[in-house]
Amino acid sequence: MTEISREDVLHLARLSSLELSEDEISGLQNDIGNILGYVQQLGNLDTKGVEPTYQVTGLQNVWRDNDTVIDYGVTREQLLKRAPQSADNQVKVPKVL
Amino acid sequence: MTISEVQEQIKASSARAVVEASIAKAKQNAEYNALLSLTEERALERADAVDAGKITGKLAGVPFVVKDNFLAFGAPTTAASKMLAGFDAPLQATAVEKLEAEGAICIGKSNLDAFAHGGSTENSAYGPTKNAYDKTRVSGGSSGGSAVITALDIVPFTLGSDTGGSIRQPASFNGVVGIKPTYGTVSRYGVVAMASSTDTIGSITSNVADAETVMSIMAGRDDRDMTTLPDFFEVPQFVKPGQKIGLIKEFMTDGVDIEVRTKINEYADSLRAKGHTVEEVSLPMLEYSLAIYYIIVPAEISSNLARYDGIHYGYRAEGAKTLAELYGRSRNDGFMTENKRRIMIGSYVLSSGYFDAYYLKAQKARTLLIKQFNDLFAQYDLLIGPVAPTTAFRLGDNTSDPIKMYLEDVMTVPASLAGLPAISVPAGVSQTDMPIGVQLIGPARSDAKLLALARSLETK
Repeated sequence: MTEISREDVLHLARLSSLELSEDEISGLQNDIGNILGYVQQLGNLDTKGVEPTYQVTGLQNVWRDNDTVIDYGVTREQLLKRAPQSADNQVKVPKVL
Repeated sequence: MTISEVQEQIKASSARAVVEASIAKAKQNAEYNALLSLTEERALERADAVDAGKITGKLAGVPFVVKDNFLAFGAPTTAASKMLAGFDAPLQATAVEKLEAEGAICIGKSNLDAFAHGGSTENSAYGPTKNAYDKTRVSGGSSGGSAVITALDIVPFTLGSDTGGSIRQPASFNGVVGIKPTYGTVSRYGVVAMASSTDTIGSITSNVADAETVMSIMAGRDDRDMTTLPDFFEVPQFVKPGQKIGLIKEFMTDGVDIEVRTKINEYADSLRAKGHTVEEVSLPMLEYSLAIYYIIVPAEISSNLARYDGIHYGYRAEGAKTLAELYGRSRNDGFMTENKRRIMIGSYVLSSGYFDAYYLKAQKARTLLIKQFNDLFAQYDLLIGPVAPTTAFRLGDNTSDPIKMYLEDVMTVPASLAGLPAISVPAGVSQTDMPIGVQLIGPARSDAKLLALARSLETK
């Protein structure tokens, strides 16, 4: 297993925008260490000169005409209605500054 | 229950009677916890429209169920999470729209591991789904609800999503037919994203012919999903004898339950009896597949699930004083532990300093895996092996150890990483009467051929 400290877990939680509760931290610390330890076996594999694969379709540059407007089947009003809070045609959030 | 049997019933009675019977059966089987919601009102309206001749099509009046990570009208789309509790979809997934355009009637939404993260449906925020053959065992996952609903004959077909085995493994655990098509076959528009480079949409049916019918309707290019392929789904009547089939030897080791191996060998014999050749082949990169998968998929999950911010839609925590607190608390409350585990692993492998050693390394290893598949397909028409190392395990057996749970995916992730079509078809039952599935994997776009071959071996 890979040593993952409590601080590492809290750092990953910050990167992931997760405000973890105290009772979850040690379990996640253990699990994440074990999982990273497991996937480290890839270190044994020689990948020198191998190109990475990011997608498998073989499709390239799927274009559409500039004057084609794709209907995604949803309106601004419908989306605003689904925001937890909205006002004046905008999504409402807590004060940032 | 097959589509043609249901069509006979509709002819003999009415679409309304058939839909009502499916809904009644769903309610009688509530103890399996396979359904999260029924779309009863909308389903009955559509059934009446079929009976009145206002809705027509190849599947007019045929009821079906979709996994609850598909946006659909008539009930909330929760992805079995608290994050999307009560979410009212403003549109329907392309796959659902295409089936409805042929007159099919969605009667409900099935249970899954929250956001499809899991292999047993035990990570659902609404409780696990129980196996159709033994209620003390898991349904498999993440499309566990859909597999159980098909197995219980509530409807003739259900939809699932398969990112690393989520259709095939529950199909195997419940004795039904599941297909993960070639990546890009069916539009993913309107399906809750998990890992965009391996997410696929497929069906779970009680026989192969129904998979052919449903997949033929759903397949094809969609302007709303730029990764979709032009429609290639043409079902052949039969497959010529003399197919060269490779039995993957790394799937048949001592780590795999002996009863599972026995059924796979019997299936190989029945392929030989049909005039095909089956010989052992090796795919050494399989050893690394799970490690590749559990780097790439969490990386894509951490990115895809960043959209759940408590701002635009879904759950928002009360009383947060700052924006950071709003994000952090909404996400902590809305996600299950397994969601958090995967998001955090993804954040780790994508971090500067670790990116090359984990994410980039995994993408290179993925290239080597694909190359080995390609080399085999230069000599063989298709490959076979088990779907999972065991039959359905007991509820709670694997929940305390994520790696033990991940190992359940070891035989299904290779086809996902390579974007290949793979199907799970029943190969018999164990001594304790638990279903065992066989997996057929083919080269890209050979989906219809795999199904036709499996159809030629069907016994029931």
